[in-house]
Amino acid sequence: MMRSLELALIATLSCAITPAFSADRSRELTALVREDCGSCHGMTLKGGLGAPLTPHDLAEKDAMSLAAIILDGVPGTPMPPWRGLISEADARWIAEKLKQGFPQ
Amino acid sequence: MNRRSFLTASVAAGLATPALAADGAAPCAPTRGTGDLGLIIERATGSVLIVDTTTRAVVSRIDGLGDLSHATAVFGPSERYAYVFGRDGGLTKVDMLACRIDRRVIQAGNSIGGAISDDGALIVASNYTPGGIKVFDANSLAELASVPAIGANGKSSKTVGLVDLPGRRFAYALYDADEIWIADFSAGATPALTKFTDVGRLPYDANVTSDARHYLAGLFGEDGFAHIDLWAADPKVDRVSSGYNAGRAKLPIYKMPHLEGWAQSNSTLVVPAAGQHEALLIDLETMKEQGRIALHSQPVFCVARPDGREVWINFAHPDNDTVQVLDVFTRKIVHTFRPGPAVLHLEFTPRGHEVWISVRDADRIDIYDVRSREKKAELKAVKPSGIFFTSRAHRLGV
Repeated sequence: MMRSLELALIATLSCAITPAFSADRSRELTALVREDCGSCHGMTLKGGLGAPLTPHDLAEKDAMSLAAIILDGVPGTPMPPWRGLISEADARWIAEKLKQGFPQ
Repeated sequence: MNRRSFLTASVAAGLATPALAADGAAPCAPTRGTGDLGLIIERATGSVLIVDTTTRAVVSRIDGLGDLSHATAVFGPSERYAYVFGRDGGLTKVDMLACRIDRRVIQAGNSIGGAISDDGALIVASNYTPGGIKVFDANSLAELASVPAIGANGKSSKTVGLVDLPGRRFAYALYDADEIWIADFSAGATPALTKFTDVGRLPYDANVTSDARHYLAGLFGEDGFAHIDLWAADPKVDRVSSGYNAGRAKLPIYKMPHLEGWAQSNSTLVVPAAGQHEALLIDLETMKEQGRIALHSQPVFCVARPDGREVWINFAHPDNDTVQVLDVFTRKIVHTFRPGPAVLHLEFTPRGHEVWISVRDADRIDIYDVRSREKKAELKAVKPSGIFFTSRAHRLGV
């Protein structure tokens, strides 16, 4: 019961923040993160030249600020702004999924 | 038994009874050389392909190498064993003839690459976590030394740009400490360290020319390269091509350029510019920039054809479906083509008659005739990235 309540809550929260995506777009973004973000952050997102991006590593960060980093980059570091290549909704979806544990 | 009949008998025995391999493992190919073999990383599945460049065919797939994002490989001097450095800190010794893992260790939490000493005895891994290098016996993979990368700033640093130098020496850069170190293992497992500090901000990769003279580290935190003339009696760091982004916007970089496989052509070095749609030409006599070549997009690898006349270049996301060919002699782009989605790496056959190109998102290796530019063959591969031919065994600094 507790478990299903939790799941329902997570589902509700996810719906509230995460935009609904087509399966195709989800797949594209998943591949983008694994393959292209992965060239610095590692395909398993455990880090490389870039910081690790597992839920544990991102526990202190909220999804909105993560989405802002994705869109605008981190000046003075190699993290580039992805605005222009992906939409704000894309960035929020990625940030949420990173917090939850990114899909394979 | 005369020599000819002995050879015939040996080959026949090898063919008839593959179980003759020392450990009972079936050899994948009876009696053959390794000079035309290669290894291709399948990054997503933790597997590698053993390939034959003469027959343009996959010989075998080997599984179980862990996380192979950004994996690289070096070869022992016999060209039989490949050493594969995985992102997860795995170091795997692959037997190219028996097509199996000879041995494997997890040597760090997060790794970026490696090198092999000139005598083939030492394997060195370059690590991010914990930052530093580790040294292993090439036969047993027993750890011989661990050299943490603590910079003058007191920070543990990621190490990048590891290359081998003659005399059991290795050079590498400390990304978080703005330093370049040379570790000399000629006297044993405890290295003599030479440290260069304040080389420039955030060295992200480096390489050395094939004569082991010029070590060049690309700087991310500023425009230009840190350079050391290793032939000098008292080597010092100077800057090359400093300020190449001056007066213009530095573009966002969606994939870091690589200096591995850089192009050394006669007296010219062709290197990718960071943040521009350009390659930079550096005169090796003067170490001054002598020109810039406008390109399709931001270059990742600038790979010289073995004779040095041409440089083949791939590009960063999202323009990574394209390859361009630069004629270094005329300084013109002479060919532009689109192999397919996500071209990650290129490797020439040892004398440069063909080039193998990994097209990750098409799950394919394409093989081109270098002179006619015609595609000769396609091989299936699962999300292929790095391509490494055994001829690297006999090249310095790869």
